[in-house]
Amino acid sequence: MKNGKKLVLVACGTGIATSTVVNEAVSKLAKKNNIPVEIIQCKIMEVPGYSDGADLLVTTTVIDKSKYAFPVISARAFLTGIGLDKVEDQILAELQK
Amino acid sequence: MSAISLDENLVLLNLEGKDKFDVIAKMAGNMQKLDYVKESYKAAVGAREKIFATGLPTSSYGVAIPHTDIEHVNAPAICVASLAKPVDFVIMGEECETVPVKIVFMLAMKEQHAQLEILQKLMKILQEDGALEEIAKAQKPVDIKEFVCKKLGL
Repeated sequence: MKNGKKLVLVACGTGIATSTVVNEAVSKLAKKNNIPVEIIQCKIMEVPGYSDGADLLVTTTVIDKSKYAFPVISARAFLTGIGLDKVEDQILAELQK
Repeated sequence: MSAISLDENLVLLNLEGKDKFDVIAKMAGNMQKLDYVKESYKAAVGAREKIFATGLPTSSYGVAIPHTDIEHVNAPAICVASLAKPVDFVIMGEECETVPVKIVFMLAMKEQHAQLEILQKLMKILQEDGALEEIAKAQKPVDIKEFVCKKLGL
C-alpha cells in the first residue's frame, strides 16, 4: 500500500511498449471498479527497486513468481484479448483484498 | 505527440526469413537504411527478443512485435512485414512455448509514454476479426500501409 492506495507495478522488458498499454488498461479497470490504485510502470529489471509496499505485479515478461513477495499476474491478455475476462478478474480479486 | 512514420518503404511484403532472427535482421536493416534507427538497433532488438519474447497468438495469424530501448532509435517508426512463410517466435511471457508468426510489427519507439494511443490501436488490430487477414493477404505494400495507417490513425 502507498498513500492508502494499492500499489501496482506494471512491467515489461523495456518499460515503454507493452507496459504502456497494460498500465492504461489496469488503471481503467481499477477506476471502473472504484478502487484507488497507484501504478508504477517500469522495466522488469527495475521491479526490485519498487517492490517496497507493492501489492501486485502485472507483467508481459516471463517471471519467476517465487522471487516476489507479492502476487504476479501475466498481462498478455491485455494485448491479445484472449482470456482477458479471466485476467481482469484475477487483478480485481487482488486489488479487492 | 511526435509523429510515427509508416510509409510504403516500411512495409515488407512476403518477406523471406529462415528464422525469427533472420526476419528481425532484415526488418531492422530496412529501418536502418531509411535512417529511422541506429546501427545498434538490429543487435539490440535481436538480443531483447531472446530475453523478452514478443510473439502473440491471436485468433487468426500469429503476430510478433519486436522492439527495444529508445536509445537505439533516431525517429519513431513502425515496420510491417507479412512473412512468405511463418517463422516461430517464443510467446510473450512464456519460457519456450512458440507461435508461428505470419505478421511482424517492428516498433521503433522514441519516447517513454507518448505512443500509448498508437500501441492501443495496434493491439486492437490483433483483436479485430478480419484485420490481420487483410494484412496477410494484401498483394501490394501500399495496401498494407494504407490499411494499417487507417487503423492506427496515422
